[in-house]
Parts: sequence; C-alpha cells; structure tokens
Amino acid sequence: MKVREVLGRGDYALISALIPEGARVLDLGCGDGALLAWLKENKRVEGRGIEIRPELAQRAASRGVPVYQGDLELSLGEYPDLAFDFVILSQTVQELRRPLQVIEQMLRIGRHGIVAFPNFGHWRVRLNHLFSGRAPRTPLFPHSWHDSPNIHFLTVLDFEETAAERNWRIEKRLFLSGHSQIRFAPNWRAEVAVYQICRQAPR
Amino acid sequence: MITETRFVRFDSLELDCGETLPQVQVAYETYGELNGAKDNAILILHAFTGDAHAAGIDHDGKPGWWANMIGPGKAFDTNKYFVICSNVLGGCRGTTGPSSVDPRTGRRYGLRFPVITIGDMVRLQKKLVDHLGIPRLLAVAGGSMGGMQALEWAVSYPEAVEACIPIAATARHSAQQIAFNETGRQAIMMDPDFNHGDYADDRPPARGLAVARMIGHITYMSDESMREKFGRRLRNREAFSFAFDIDFEVESYLRYRGQQFVGRFDANSYLYITKAMDYFDLTLGYPSLAASLERATARFLVISFTSDWLYPSYQSLEIVNALRSRNHDVTYCELTSNYGHDAFLVDVAEQTEVIRGFLARCHSEFREAGR
Repeated sequence: MKVREVLGRGDYALISALIPEGARVLDLGCGDGALLAWLKENKRVEGRGIEIRPELAQRAASRGVPVYQGDLELSLGEYPDLAFDFVILSQTVQELRRPLQVIEQMLRIGRHGIVAFPNFGHWRVRLNHLFSGRAPRTPLFPHSWHDSPNIHFLTVLDFEETAAERNWRIEKRLFLSGHSQIRFAPNWRAEVAVYQICRQAPR
Repeated sequence: MITETRFVRFDSLELDCGETLPQVQVAYETYGELNGAKDNAILILHAFTGDAHAAGIDHDGKPGWWANMIGPGKAFDTNKYFVICSNVLGGCRGTTGPSSVDPRTGRRYGLRFPVITIGDMVRLQKKLVDHLGIPRLLAVAGGSMGGMQALEWAVSYPEAVEACIPIAATARHSAQQIAFNETGRQAIMMDPDFNHGDYADDRPPARGLAVARMIGHITYMSDESMREKFGRRLRNREAFSFAFDIDFEVESYLRYRGQQFVGRFDANSYLYITKAMDYFDLTLGYPSLAASLERATARFLVISFTSDWLYPSYQSLEIVNALRSRNHDVTYCELTSNYGHDAFLVDVAEQTEVIRGFLARCHSEFREAGR
C-alpha cells in the first residue's frame, strides 16, 4: 500500500521516499504522529515530534510517538547541533511567524531539512484571485481571509529565491499535483512543493 | 482483586546523611505476574502521604490510592505488567520510619530518626527490587513526590530503569514548595502535644497535623476546582452564624480532611518526608540538570497539568528541556485539567491513554533489545 493511501496527505508519500532506513527524524508540527508512526513501522526510523495542539500531541503520545507538546518556533533551540538526520516541516511553513529562523534552526539541528508547502503560485489560486477580486479560496487554501492559519503565502519561485539568498543548498525538489508528480512549470502547476535542503558546505 | 501487603526486612540501609539504619522493614504490594523474561516489572512510587496499597481492594474494602490507574485493562495493565508499590522510607504505613522502634534502644525513634532524602527512599526500593529478582524495571512511575523518586531512580540506577514516568513533579523544590512544607511542619511542631516528637499514641499533635493537612489540601486543588466544588455555599445553614463556627462548605471540608488525616498519618513522618522533598535536587553534584540526567538511559514520559500551581508545568518543562538538550528520548504532554495538583490522582482519562501508549512502545523495544 502506498503511503498516501494510508495517510491521505499528498506530501507524506514523497517525504517517506526521501527518508532512508533507520534515520533519526524530527517532525515539526507532527500532528497525531501518523507520519512518524508509519516511518517507524516501515523504515525503522527513530522519530521525534513537536506538536502544539494538546489533543493531537496526546494522540501522538498515545501511539507511542515521542512527542514534545510545545510551540516549535520556541523549542528548537534546546536540541544539540546535528541531533537528527532529517528535520521535517510538512505543510506548516506558511503558518509560522518566523519561518526563516525556524528553517535555519532545522539546518543546525539536522543534516537535512525537508520543507513541504502548498504553492500559492498555482494557476487556480492565481485565476481565483484575478477573477474574483478577493483573497483566493481554493481546495488548498479553503479559508476566508479572517480565519486562515496561513500568514505567510509563498510560491515555488519564492522558496527558490530565498534558498539562494540564505545559502541553503537544494538537494532535491519534488512537485505534486493531486497524487501525481509533475516536472514542468511547477510554479504554475504544483499544488504542493517538497524541498530537501541542507547547509551549503563552506568552501 | 483483594490485595495483601507484604513485608521484607533488610539488615541495614546507608543514608545520605552518613548514618546507617539497622533492620529496615519495607511494606509492599504486587499486582499481576512477573513474566519469565522479567521484562514486565513496573515500580509505582507513591506521593507524600500514600502507601503500598496502590491498587485493588484491601481486606477492609479500601481501594488502592491509584486503583483507577492500576489493574486489568488500566493504564498500568496488570494483565500485561507486574506492578510493585512500596511504602517509602520514613513513612508510617509499614515501612521503617520515625514511628518505628529503634532496635538498638527498644524505644520509638521519634526525632532521633535520621533525616532522610529521596535518594535514601530510592536506595531502599532498589533493595526491594533486587530482593524480588528484577534486574531492570520496565518502568518507574509516580506523581508528585513519586515523580521525584522516579527521576532519582533514572539517574541513580540507570542500568535498572528502561522507562521513567514523572508526573506533576519537579527536579527540585522551589521556594514556594519549601514554604508550604515549612508552614505545615511549624503547625505540627508548635502543637503543645508535639512534645519534641515523643507524643503518645493516644495524644498526637492532632491540631497541628490537621492544620498542616488543611494547608496541603488547598495546594492540591485549584481555584477553579474549589469554586466548582464549594463555591461560597454555606454548610447546613441559611445565614451566616456571626461566629467562628463552620459557615462555609469549604471550611467543613478542610476540617473534615484534617481530622481524618490525623487518624491515618504520623506527625513525625510528616516532618521527615516533607524535609526529604525539600532537600531533593537532581542537580546536586552536577554542573547542570542536563549533566545529571545524562546518566539516565531510560526513555522518559513527562506529564504536567494545566491547573497545577503547586508543581507547575514550567518545572516539568525544565526536566524535558534538559533531556532534549542531550537529544534524549522524551515525550512531554501538558494535560488539560481543572483539578490542580490532584489531577494525576483523579482526572486520569487522558493520562491513561498517554501512559498506555508509551508503555507499550517501551515494552516492545525492551523485548527487542533483550533478544
């Protein structure tokens, strides 16, 4: 069975494909721990999670996931350097107050960072905005302007540009539309973008 | 499940203060069966005034103090696990304490009992666990002072602890916690019947001990739970008495709990155990809490409660953050409850789920490592 069929979140399949057997993984905003539990079961991953919502953190703990109930923006500083092989930020980056600081911390405590986000540059978002004249509402961005958890909207191009500016090395990039992977014109066509990044090796 | 308290005696126990206690007795109960691999034993550690009777029902029909957590199908599932609970050193419920007779003099210890520590309590529990033939416990778990003992176990006997569950606990008492304990001790020692600890059985420092317990009960509840439970309701009257009789429901409750306590707890034990809590500091002898906890090889599950102002969440977080700074395997949940510090005893639905999942994982990892 494919991961996405088990978990029903487009980026899970890709993320689990990026993580090697037995890796040490920290999942930021791990929700009920489904991804970590799956990775442990199937890839013998040593996982940890951070989740701010009490009921979700408790559900993660109840399935045996070592979860830290707390605000991921305030809690990465405690971990030692390179404590993890992979640090995952899955569809949370657009909800963070200080996304750059979080990603920098990810690259300090992990050898690799995986950042997945819904692409605000998708054509449906652009057309919706153009023709409705209102804040875009699409299946990926279903909220109205006042109750959206998304406070930083970003596109594939935005992320690429920021990575270049911050000297993040992009090791892998994967784009999804529905359940299929796409290669061309990702900033128009990708609903979800997944990046694997690391610190640029010093010259 | 009718439970039986058993007793075991050890020749001596060395104490942190430098003295050695001769002939130490431990009262304990067990529930469930130890399996052949001996990898399913859990040591439950009681809070301040608890005892060995943690689960089931005793011969008088009294349920154990954590009967809602320990038993078939409960968080500490006695169908799967072998659960042990003993009365602490310094207690008055079957384990040697200040109300025991000093074998060297034939008299009660009273205040001649040496001042003990959480470390001493744990050293005695280790003797019990060795006596039961268990090389490595699946878990040590407890709330409040029980959580402090669990932490002490993980640091003092890392080879003997697979998982550690401190609930509503701390790595060291704050000034506020010491202050409440000292107030209780003063109430006892100022009682005219205290007589330097040499009081008669039928004439304990009852008033002081009751006041100490009343203060304790306030700290175990929350503002909200007291409002819900008592509000400003009057007790058996329609109007104020305009005297110092009982007017309010909450007064009646505290007086009742205070008096009830006198019947089951020894005033000297109160002094010794609260002192042990106040002395407890996991960082003693280490540059930091992280350095102290670094010795531990256990997986940790740390639990705190939102309305617990006696052992607030920041104290649990201090433990969790020290563990995270060494990338230790730690789970932390702050459970939502209105019950204050008492939550770990009474509001156990979520606590049960979290502990059950954590134990299941630790047990399977422990078994795998044993293969």
